[in-house]
Amino acid sequence: MTHDPLGRPPAVLMVPAVLAVLVLVVPLVALVAATDWSQMPAQLASEPLREALRLSVVTSTVAMLVCLVLGLPLAWLLARVDFRGRGLVRALVTVPLVLPPVVAGIALRDAFGRTGVIGEPLLELTGFAFPFTTWGVVLAHVFVSLPFVVIAIEGALRSADPVYDAAAATLGATRWTTFRRVTVPLAVPGILAGMVLGWARSLGEFGATITFNGNYPGTTQTMPTLIYVTRQADQGAAQALSLVMLALSLAVLLLLRDRWLGDRGLGGRGLAAA
Amino acid sequence: MSRDRTGLDVDLEVPGRVRAALVGHPGQVIALIGPNGAGKSSLVHALAGLVVAEGRAHLDGVDLLPRSAREREVGLVFQDRALFPHLSARDNVAFGPRSRGVARREARHRADGWLERMGLGDLADRRPGQLSGGQAQRVAIARALATEPRLLLLDEPMAGLDVTVAMALRIELARHLRDYDGVTVLVTHDALDALALADRVVVLDEGRVAQQGTPEDVAAHPRTPHVARLVGLNVLRDADGFTSFRPRDVTVSLRRPEGSARLTWSGPVSSAQQHGDAVRLLVGTEPALLADVTPQAANELGLAPGREVWLSVKATAVSRYGHDEEGG
Repeated sequence: MTHDPLGRPPAVLMVPAVLAVLVLVVPLVALVAATDWSQMPAQLASEPLREALRLSVVTSTVAMLVCLVLGLPLAWLLARVDFRGRGLVRALVTVPLVLPPVVAGIALRDAFGRTGVIGEPLLELTGFAFPFTTWGVVLAHVFVSLPFVVIAIEGALRSADPVYDAAAATLGATRWTTFRRVTVPLAVPGILAGMVLGWARSLGEFGATITFNGNYPGTTQTMPTLIYVTRQADQGAAQALSLVMLALSLAVLLLLRDRWLGDRGLGGRGLAAA
Repeated sequence: MSRDRTGLDVDLEVPGRVRAALVGHPGQVIALIGPNGAGKSSLVHALAGLVVAEGRAHLDGVDLLPRSAREREVGLVFQDRALFPHLSARDNVAFGPRSRGVARREARHRADGWLERMGLGDLADRRPGQLSGGQAQRVAIARALATEPRLLLLDEPMAGLDVTVAMALRIELARHLRDYDGVTVLVTHDALDALALADRVVVLDEGRVAQQGTPEDVAAHPRTPHVARLVGLNVLRDADGFTSFRPRDVTVSLRRPEGSARLTWSGPVSSAQQHGDAVRLLVGTEPALLADVTPQAANELGLAPGREVWLSVKATAVSRYGHDEEGG
């Protein structure tokens, strides 16, 4: 440890900090350690895994795009437009963040289920119903991920200096032009971070998804659901599947750090200050 | 759209910040000077449409106040420049024309022309972060002019630049402003800017116009301590009007001098700084006054901060002017 001129960090802070790291790291190391590597090739080649993995990646990606299309405008509205009830809207947007996912699943069923407030007229008009379909999985993912995306992007928009929006206005830009050519480009690192956060939240989504959509291989069985049902029959297989998810999560984290949270994020700020 | 070219005619109020009336003919440069918090930036932002104002602000016969910022033919050079950090110098300058409906190629072509005129032709591809302060300020000015505004607002364009860079930019700016046929409002802290660039000076103090006139008149007959300080004069205000005199006409002594009690003050030295060949003292009299002494005298009298001194000035060295006569 390098010499700190302010004195040594006190044990009363160091001990809990080290414990925190252990709490977070030990289970992951144990997961890797407990894996029976001889089983891995067979597990990776299994049809249910490949199907669930594909479904997870596809639904999380679609959900992330939906979150971007809906969430970016909402984040902009919350960050840049002073309207009555803004505080209330922000509070409402945050609710799904703290809601137990199972409860989210029940609520989705009440709204979009075959007899739901929106689900019933939708079914009558179009013959389409969300529950037990891949679109239902996407809907559940959007419901739980959107708050993360909105809050992350709103933070990014707020930290951007509003003087650029003002400059664009004096140059004759409409708010839409300013949004496209100034606000969004300057917030790109934060927007991408928000998207990755939303994607990761979707990828891990279990409670709302299984409550709203059940567990049908190929249509609604995502990786977390597959791991859950496999675990009841075959602990070793669940172990292997979990390792795949861990690898995927780490890959996302590394991508996030190197591409977006590293030099570019800080570089943008440096340029703005210069 | 055919319209008159009557210039700027403003009488507006930003509630709680500033209330000011000013007039500017096409081609004129009006300097706004005053201490921090006097309302200079509020007034400029109100003209640009970035803060809400009441009253009247006619530009070439069109009332600006009902129009949003983007609908006004007003260019603003921000105090911290506010160049878009993610766009090249060229795209920064092209932003205005493009936003006003000019095709991309044409807008870029125009931007190159502006950068060329600013002497930045070879830096068009650089981003703001890769430009020096003086270069970035030139890009900011080009960006504002590229929309061909009828009113150009410059909010402390020399702020944050070092002295030689500011001097070069000042000379260049004077040249561009000579060619510009719209009205320019220049916010500045610097008397030199006002004297070198402006046709008229408007002095703001505590949200009101304290004085206006030609730069020469305002410099010779300052009516606020701030302006007096800027031009290096002392100014006193009494019931009859203003009395001003130069720091070098002030006599500094340790004992009460003989002569007119009216032109004698005492107080502690607040600061002592090299000023040309002399030492310029700021003395904490009421009001504070400047006095220039030779370095030898400063040594002999021990004029360090805190030293109690007497100041006096001969009646023949003061200039008196009244409340009523408006300068300009």
